Amino acid sequence: MSDLIGYKRPAPGTQPNYLHAPYQSSIKRAPNKPLIRMPQTLTELTGPVYGHERVGPLDNDLTKQHAGEPLGERMILSGRLLDENGRPVPHSLIEIWQANACGRYPHPGDQHDAPLDPNFTGYGRTVTDSEGRYRFVTIKPGAYPWRNHHNAWRPQHIHFSLFGPSFMTRLVTQMYFPGDPLLPFDPIFNCVTDQRARDSMVSKFDFETTIPEFALGYAWDIVLRGRDATPMENKK
Amino acid sequence: MTLVPTASSTVGPYLHIGLTPLQVYDIAKDASKGEKIVISGRVFDGEGQPVPDALLEFWQANADGKYATPEDSQDKPLDGKFTGFGRIPTDKEGRFSFTTVKPGAVPGPGNTLQAPHILVCVFMRGMLKHLYTRIYFSDEAAANANDPVLGLIEDASRKPTLIGERTAGKAEYRWDIRMQGEGETVFFDC
Ligand SMILES: [Fe+2]
Repeated sequence: MSDLIGYKRPAPGTQPNYLHAPYQSSIKRAPNKPLIRMPQTLTELTGPVYGHERVGPLDNDLTKQHAGEPLGERMILSGRLLDENGRPVPHSLIEIWQANACGRYPHPGDQHDAPLDPNFTGYGRTVTDSEGRYRFVTIKPGAYPWRNHHNAWRPQHIHFSLFGPSFMTRLVTQMYFPGDPLLPFDPIFNCVTDQRARDSMVSKFDFETTIPEFALGYAWDIVLRGRDATPMENKK
Repeated sequence: MTLVPTASSTVGPYLHIGLTPLQVYDIAKDASKGEKIVISGRVFDGEGQPVPDALLEFWQANADGKYATPEDSQDKPLDGKFTGFGRIPTDKEGRFSFTTVKPGAVPGPGNTLQAPHILVCVFMRGMLKHLYTRIYFSDEAAANANDPVLGLIEDASRKPTLIGERTAGKAEYRWDIRMQGEGETVFFDC
């Protein structure tokens, strides 16, 4: 297996640490002992192949999952899935979940006193096309309170889950909106110290994909770890 | 062109909405070869409290030691529609349990052979970036002793955290995850 090519390690500050004290739930859930550094083997360099059979044609339209239209500001979210070498990641599963327009999830753990929307579940999935493109139609999620600290509010966000070609490219993240006044106060957003990396979680308003008389467009590209230039065997 | 990989974030408390629609409890469903096994355990935080909002993903080779993806170029047979991928949330008591087939050995770095193992990817509320760990098998002691990844763990007292303990007389294994403290699970940086 000398032909295996591994993935680059993230530059310092571009990914969160496990322990980020301002995010209180991390304190008892972050490992105390240092992680054991290991080479990427065939196990890590492979991963599940998700075919289009798992994704229905309307799974990327979160406004069409119930009898009626959900309330809120309709939006088109689109972009590309790339690796850090700038190459598109085609045919890759993307799953998203989000609060409704009032900032409420249909989840037994969500006790926020804001209305549920019978026409909105807030779950969607799609597979990127041959050029790594994806597109969702949804409702702009509302901000919601949480109990991390006094008067804590999560900025508006959409949760994303991505696979890419191997378990080394696995990524779960959150996408934010430009100009959200809550961003500077959010310990989850601010856990990333490198500003460029932090800002990469923020989408852009996009006139190109805005549809007249229908919905605002937002654009967001997602970047997965990219492969190293040299095969594993040549590295020490 | 070099881009900065998008920063990871937590799955948050409502992970079930986004990640359980494609859950897989029975990895063995499409397997025709190999010993069918059940692996069960619990996830605990640093205070020994169960973690009710975690999600585990599993990735393994088939009984012949072949991964079901074109990325695996080994000259070994695939097993029908067996994918080797599982995904399950923990329950209110932090418990999880899944069915699979025992994987075969796969190559490691250089000319080494890795003992049968399952890659585990751990997600939970409170965790800003997923963690990687592995499940090995207590009835593979000889293979485990030569495993190149287990061999990286200098503190031998930590190795048992990666070994599923077979229940006598049953095709069942017990394997827990402890985030901190006594018996803290070994997690990998890869
Ligand atoms: Fe959320």
